Amino acid sequence: MYQYNSFDRDFLAERNAQFRAQVERRIDGSLTEDEFKPLRLMNGLYLQLHAYMLRVAIPYGTLNGEQMDTLAMIADKWDKGYGHFTTRQNIQYNWPELRDVPDMLDALGEVGMHAIQTSGNTIRNVTSDHFAGAAADEIEDPRPTAELLRQWSTDHPEFQFLPRKFKIAVTGSPNDRAVTKAHDIGLRMVRNDAGEPGYEVIVGGGLGRTPMIGKVLRDFLPKADLLPYAEAIVSVYNLLGRRDNKYKARIKITVHENGIDTIRDLVEQRFELLRPQFGGVDQEMLKNIEAQFTAPDFLTSSVAPFKDAYHHDPVFRSWVDTNIEKHRNDDYAIVSISIKKQGQTPGDATSEQMRVMAEIAREFAHNELRISHEQNVILPHVHKSHLPEIHARLKAVELATANIGLISDIIACPGMDYCALATARSIPVAQQIATRFDELKLEHDIGELKIKISGCINACGHHHVGHIGILGLDRAGVENYQITLGGDHTETAEVGQRAGPGFAYDEIVPAIERIIDTYLDLRTDADEPFITAYRRLGMAPFKAALYPEVKADAA
Amino acid sequence: MSKPFTPKVVTANALLEGDVIYLTKDDQWSRSLKDAEVIEDEAHGDLRVLFGQSQRNDVVGVYLIDVTVTENGPEPTHFREEFRTKGPSNYNHGKQAELA
Ligand code: SF4
Repeated sequence: MYQYNSFDRDFLAERNAQFRAQVERRIDGSLTEDEFKPLRLMNGLYLQLHAYMLRVAIPYGTLNGEQMDTLAMIADKWDKGYGHFTTRQNIQYNWPELRDVPDMLDALGEVGMHAIQTSGNTIRNVTSDHFAGAAADEIEDPRPTAELLRQWSTDHPEFQFLPRKFKIAVTGSPNDRAVTKAHDIGLRMVRNDAGEPGYEVIVGGGLGRTPMIGKVLRDFLPKADLLPYAEAIVSVYNLLGRRDNKYKARIKITVHENGIDTIRDLVEQRFELLRPQFGGVDQEMLKNIEAQFTAPDFLTSSVAPFKDAYHHDPVFRSWVDTNIEKHRNDDYAIVSISIKKQGQTPGDATSEQMRVMAEIAREFAHNELRISHEQNVILPHVHKSHLPEIHARLKAVELATANIGLISDIIACPGMDYCALATARSIPVAQQIATRFDELKLEHDIGELKIKISGCINACGHHHVGHIGILGLDRAGVENYQITLGGDHTETAEVGQRAGPGFAYDEIVPAIERIIDTYLDLRTDADEPFITAYRRLGMAPFKAALYPEVKADAA
Repeated sequence: MSKPFTPKVVTANALLEGDVIYLTKDDQWSRSLKDAEVIEDEAHGDLRVLFGQSQRNDVVGVYLIDVTVTENGPEPTHFREEFRTKGPSNYNHGKQAELA
């Protein structure tokens, strides 16, 4: 994986020393909060409802065992023994004290991690497919592209004060696992007619207040043109993007107001000017980066122990059937570790769990871990013979829940339990839904289903693209939950439709249950997933189940 | 006639810990809402917020919250502020643990 060079390390050390001085100056009173706030935000430090929160970037979701160990150490030493993994492939610490933050950043810096550009109107942490480098359907590993973008955008002098934050996602497979259509720029790797790899470039996607599915700006961009083209997009946006209204400042609004064709013309013009200026330096950079993302040395031993355990142990079998994905090497598997045991907080891992995952990664998984935007942890390269041992070790620390892709594998943002922007809670709603369907023992029968919950309109919980989306609002001083149905986060991305009026906190779980009952009643058979059934049936039967009194009135 | 004034309390977060704090009558900051000064009129409320904001080396984000006065002292009228008096609902962390 990518090793930070001495330039990166010096840069981090210098940034941390700067921030340490700024924290001291805040504490001794030489900086006011108005002066300090932008500085702390630039270093990932937020003030939430009950405490500070430090947001640490995990670039394209990739980390190794040592880095995971450091995350665990930080959780123990300066927080409350756990961390929260987010939909942006970050980890958040919910309880740091101001004085300790410079030490936390230094500890992160020692393993090449940081909290830079996790906030502010800059290009944020570039996200990517969590199965990158391992997936059977992949054209190319998207992470060198993501790393190239990271290097280009980090401290880019022109792009530190964009009209608004800017998020880029890259996927190396035609199957989009990085929600590229909901990003400011989405890159989807494709091949042209000559079979060469390049990108489909998507712009102007985004969730939040005005959800929009990104539009294709270029069908095919040769790999070599990526940086000048990206720079052209961001600089067109930098000029055109609105700065008068925060709610109209994202590029999705710029694209919407100016039209995709105008944006395309401007970007192409700018691109022609910029392309000669890059002069191949970027391609040199890319080559060096690619050299660091070589595949691990795959083992070639027998997979018999796996087959044996699969045959004899039903618990193991269920876990394999649910949590294992096809690897490009037939003897290997991609393991998704669920950090969403029913009733737990989605995305939270204790320091002990982090250490166990780090140890497993080192011993059995070529020292690689990933964080998915679905708030789970991935072991991308596992030889199948090691699966039984890995399963046993995970089970010992409550990490062997077989629920990936099922109803309890819920995305939930921190909501009003932590977030200062929230209008309602999301975590307890997720906990209750997961617990309820676990009690009913319906989870596996229901099959593939994505529930996504946000605690406010900002949509960090991706509710718009959930098969069932839940948005928590404040309606006249009480929590109220709005349901959307039919959202899709994949390459066929779609924004879900609002079902109708919202539900009170104690009505939301029964409402979800009515939706599920309707689906179970009306599906053609057990093989028809919820989303397919919804597309076939439309909103009507679900609406009738959600609002029986309305139906009675109309009758 | 203008509508009746809802009783209020000045709140903020502590600079060092980020912890939720409330302004008391004697110009101190308390971790507990019970100790807070209940403000009964608007002009006094403005003054107390100004005082709070002047404490800029100790506190961050000073504002007024609505409360109702009960036999247990002031209690927030809005659920957001109620959560701030306790801590998160998913773990026994924050005030609910510390003040228990
Ligand atoms: S969606 Fe809203 S409540 Fe949830 S984390 Fe984002 S800003 Fe906070």
